Amino acid sequence: MKANLPADAGKAAIAEKGWWQAYKWLVLRRFSQLSIIALFLVGPLLGYWIVKGNLTSSLTLEVLPLTDPYILLQSFIAGHEIVSTALIGAVIVTLFYLLVGGRVFCSWVCPVNIIADAADWLRRRFNIKGGARFSPQTRYWILLMTLLVAALTTSIAWEIVNPVSIVHRGIIFGSGFALMVVVSIFIFDLLISRKGWCGHLCPVGAFYSLLGRYSLLRVTANKREQCDDCMDCFMVCPEEQVIKPALKGESKGIGPVIMDMNCTNCGRCIDVCAKDVFTYSNRFNNSTLFNVANKKEVAP
Amino acid sequence: MNAESKQVKSSRRRFIQDTARTVCGVSLLGLGLGVYSRQTHSLPATALRPPGVKSEEEFLAACIRCGLCVRDCPYDILKLATFSDEAPLGTPFFTARKLPCEMCEDIPCVKACPTSALDHDLTSIDDARMGLAVIVDQETCLNYQGLRCDVCHRVCPLINKAITLEPRHNQRSGKHTIFIPVVHSDSCTGCGVCERACVLEEAAIKVLPIKLAKGEIGKHYRLGWEEKKKAGKSLVTPDQEHKYNLPEGLKYDHSGEGLIKDSR
Repeated sequence: MKANLPADAGKAAIAEKGWWQAYKWLVLRRFSQLSIIALFLVGPLLGYWIVKGNLTSSLTLEVLPLTDPYILLQSFIAGHEIVSTALIGAVIVTLFYLLVGGRVFCSWVCPVNIIADAADWLRRRFNIKGGARFSPQTRYWILLMTLLVAALTTSIAWEIVNPVSIVHRGIIFGSGFALMVVVSIFIFDLLISRKGWCGHLCPVGAFYSLLGRYSLLRVTANKREQCDDCMDCFMVCPEEQVIKPALKGESKGIGPVIMDMNCTNCGRCIDVCAKDVFTYSNRFNNSTLFNVANKKEVAP
Repeated sequence: MNAESKQVKSSRRRFIQDTARTVCGVSLLGLGLGVYSRQTHSLPATALRPPGVKSEEEFLAACIRCGLCVRDCPYDILKLATFSDEAPLGTPFFTARKLPCEMCEDIPCVKACPTSALDHDLTSIDDARMGLAVIVDQETCLNYQGLRCDVCHRVCPLINKAITLEPRHNQRSGKHTIFIPVVHSDSCTGCGVCERACVLEEAAIKVLPIKLAKGEIGKHYRLGWEEKKKAGKSLVTPDQEHKYNLPEGLKYDHSGEGLIKDSR
């Protein structure tokens, strides 16, 4: 089978599986992202406080502290002694992402993801090509840079420019300028660099990638033999480089689980695959032994 | 050289080039960020920090800009800085002239802070040092003109401690007293109630960050009378009564009578 056009990615899945199955994880993700914003907004808008604060640190129902471990790390490097409340919050968040995968923050929580996805969708829809290309590794250099700058300036310098927290804080605490950041990232991703911010530059994503390096929850191409090379999953994947080893690595003895730490566990590949190749699973379901055993039986 | 090793060489060269380019680009970005963040280190004089901030330097290393202090302030005086504010982006501040700190006894903003950027050791709001009130303009302050405005003194939550009224002779009228408002840094919390209450179009008393408002005597400097009090005696020359070399037949009385002619 020939590869589909980028603009047609997912159409085969809708025809094959129906609308809900072809959009399920995307809809659930948007629901998750918007619900989190809504939970933060109930307090200031209606006066009933469920969650206070913002994504850098929050307090839920006056008992559960949650703190972004990345910003706490910067604070520590900048020379501030870490105290209990923030530390407890950061430990809870860290444990959660160790389990489900760090980049789950990006695809299920972060508000910037919605903007980046919209830009990428328009790129596919109107076949906008080209633009500046960065290495996806750039974000790790930026991550290192933010930590160095924190140490040298003894302040959490990155927070002055961090679009992730600016956008979220702008929504929760009300700042019109957040809208300009939203527009900037949208235009950057749409016209200047494909998947530029989230997929190449964002150090917050880089931090969470490292955090989820050995996470339990994974997407697996467990029925990879059914793949008909339509390329739909590559086209919708926010980190397309992560799919290939798992999907096409059978002959090299690579297991079907997507082990790359940059996978955001967004589940969009599960949605758009008309052949039901992908599903959520865990990292231990990655055995190639079954295949090897099969081959051995054939060999003699 | 065969084709394969040529290919390896060129791909190695490309890898080094790409990495160098990325590192240079990111370093430049870091330099810009570093310079920008150093520039925002000095807190503008119009923005005051919530209670419990030890120094602006320490605060910028500790504050993660979550806004929990803003949420727990019962008077809604705190605000997280946006791009249009002068304070570093996302950090909490208040503007005394608009809404001053009401000095809650339980200090909820400090309790809310998850990182101790607002120091949890601050248990009495009277120990807070958000800034220091200063009479910035003696030319317009009504009390300095000899009028009895006294508003800053009367609204002060630590009246007669943080602000006192000191009587001076009114040289203009020759017969009245001027009551000069004097701020005492050992009591002033910098809450800003005085600045808010000042009746002028532009306040003559303003709360400034302590760094801007407070002078500091050199560490080596000693005030003679204080040293004398501490030691219980003069440290420089032995104490002895001053003697005047007056013409014969004259005495000088220190207690107010002045020159006295010998009656003889």
